[in-house]
Amino acid sequence: MAAMLVILLVSAGIGLSVGELKLGLMDVFRLLAKGADDGSMEYMLISKIRLPRVILGIAVGGALSLAGVILQGIYRNPLVEPFTLGISGGASLGVAFTIVFGLHISLGSFMLPLSGFVGAFVIIFLVYTLSSRNGNINIQNMLLTGVMVSFIASSAMMFLMATTSSDNLHGIVFWIMGSLDEPDTGLIKLTLFASLLVLVISYLFVQPLNALRLGEEKAMHLGFNTNVVIRVLFVMASLLAGICVSVAGVIGFVGLIIPHVLRLLFGSDYRFLLVGSFLLGGIFLVLSDVVARTIISPNELPIGVITGIIGGVVFLLLMSQNRKKS
Amino acid sequence: MSESFFHIDNFSCGYPSFKLSGISLSLEKGSFSGIIGPNGSGKTTLFRGVTSSIATLEGSVYLKGKNLQKLSLKERAQNIAIVSQFVDLDQMSVEDYVLMGRMPYQNRFQFFESKDDLEKARNYMQLTDVLKHKDKLITELSGGEQQRAAIARALTQEPELLLLDEPTSHLDITHQVRILDLLHRLNQEMGLTVLMVIHDLNLASEYCDQLILFKEGQLFTQGTPEEVLTFDTIEKVYNTPVITRTNPYSNKPVIFLVSEKMMKKSKQ
Repeated sequence: MAAMLVILLVSAGIGLSVGELKLGLMDVFRLLAKGADDGSMEYMLISKIRLPRVILGIAVGGALSLAGVILQGIYRNPLVEPFTLGISGGASLGVAFTIVFGLHISLGSFMLPLSGFVGAFVIIFLVYTLSSRNGNINIQNMLLTGVMVSFIASSAMMFLMATTSSDNLHGIVFWIMGSLDEPDTGLIKLTLFASLLVLVISYLFVQPLNALRLGEEKAMHLGFNTNVVIRVLFVMASLLAGICVSVAGVIGFVGLIIPHVLRLLFGSDYRFLLVGSFLLGGIFLVLSDVVARTIISPNELPIGVITGIIGGVVFLLLMSQNRKKS
Repeated sequence: MSESFFHIDNFSCGYPSFKLSGISLSLEKGSFSGIIGPNGSGKTTLFRGVTSSIATLEGSVYLKGKNLQKLSLKERAQNIAIVSQFVDLDQMSVEDYVLMGRMPYQNRFQFFESKDDLEKARNYMQLTDVLKHKDKLITELSGGEQQRAAIARALTQEPELLLLDEPTSHLDITHQVRILDLLHRLNQEMGLTVLMVIHDLNLASEYCDQLILFKEGQLFTQGTPEEVLTFDTIEKVYNTPVITRTNPYSNKPVIFLVSEKMMKKSKQ
């Protein structure tokens, strides 16, 4: 864990120093250590552009991986991630609605993340309500409901995209592709705070999460009210994913791949997985952003393209190595 | 409220398609009892009802005079441990699996097991002969070893009552006898009260002091193996003719199945 924290700090250093204008790691630390605006272009570049991106990368990468590992734990299904349950579909629909009806122009640009969050929240509420019966949650129903609601949200969004102007369509597609370029530092702070808060709270549920590895009934036999545990963790993980999607757009694969990589390397103990997923998710997204910013410099690739390709390839390599070992 | 160690009082539970109704039975402390009956007679449903895995429709369950429904889930887990028919096959070491039995004693802020937890888990692993496998993955063990690990996990809960749902049903005869010998030893040496669902009537007869026979969601009869395993009772409940004899070594009833082929032969 300490090694991962060091790697995260190194990744953050790389994120701050690499770009169109390359800076040495020592220069970055020297500029940041000064802590005051010396009016130089380097300081502006680091403090106003790269540092917010790195912080958002750590927050969103950590949060999406954390949400993924929590949802995989409560569903006991390794293929679940925040987006399987329609959270990204809901957020995308909310943003598409705002763009199509011009709400971000008439009411302000804050409407984009707000509508994304509202869209995600509506989906979470629907999935939660439709899966509850007599105060009990049916976990398999919940998963199926999530997948179905996700399909409906995606179809509704495609309808909006098919019927809107090409300008709006461009705006929607650009948002969907995901980016860590967020000008509002308030939103960046909120995302970081929410992800750290969920990390701390979810760690208080580490025992029931480990017990759930044996199944709901057996976890109950070990003294855990699984119904309450599943509800709390589901709502928490989903809202966190909703915040991430509304701030950074749809950055797929992180919530699925990172927990898997950790499971393959270190096993399924949630005492390690929760913190490990947060740290590795942050590392992965910060480094992916560096690649996205530099690979076709001065242009920038959508970060989702990089997370998908790198994540998928690394995962396949690990899986094949694991197969060789066994 | 009953004075017995474990008492089920006019208990009903079930599903929309199947209901277990009006069950009353008592177990003495340190007893070794078996629940028998045909498939679908409600044996496992009773376990699921007692452990609140399904809702209670009527009646109560008492352990040492305390109504189980009024105990917290943690308190229940400290008193009753359950071993299921199948061990859950998640990727974890045998030691981690057995250590889960200490969870009912840990508070929300205890993220790692104490030295005492580890000592207890290793003690029960030793007792069930799985300590030598402690670093192996649970999935790498044989069926019998997995079942012994499950029993070690249940014992690590340090329960007063051990419930086992068909603990030997998928094991060969050697492992069946080994598991039941182990349970008998734990019952005798630790005074652990054992209640298990078991299909094999001869094993039930050999190991249990008391048998509880279920038929179609109701308790048909209960008593010693000699009282329950009679020709008439078995034919009525299982709707199958059998031959009952006495084991010359243990003096317990033994059941011989009668096949159609045998019936035809005897008629000729």
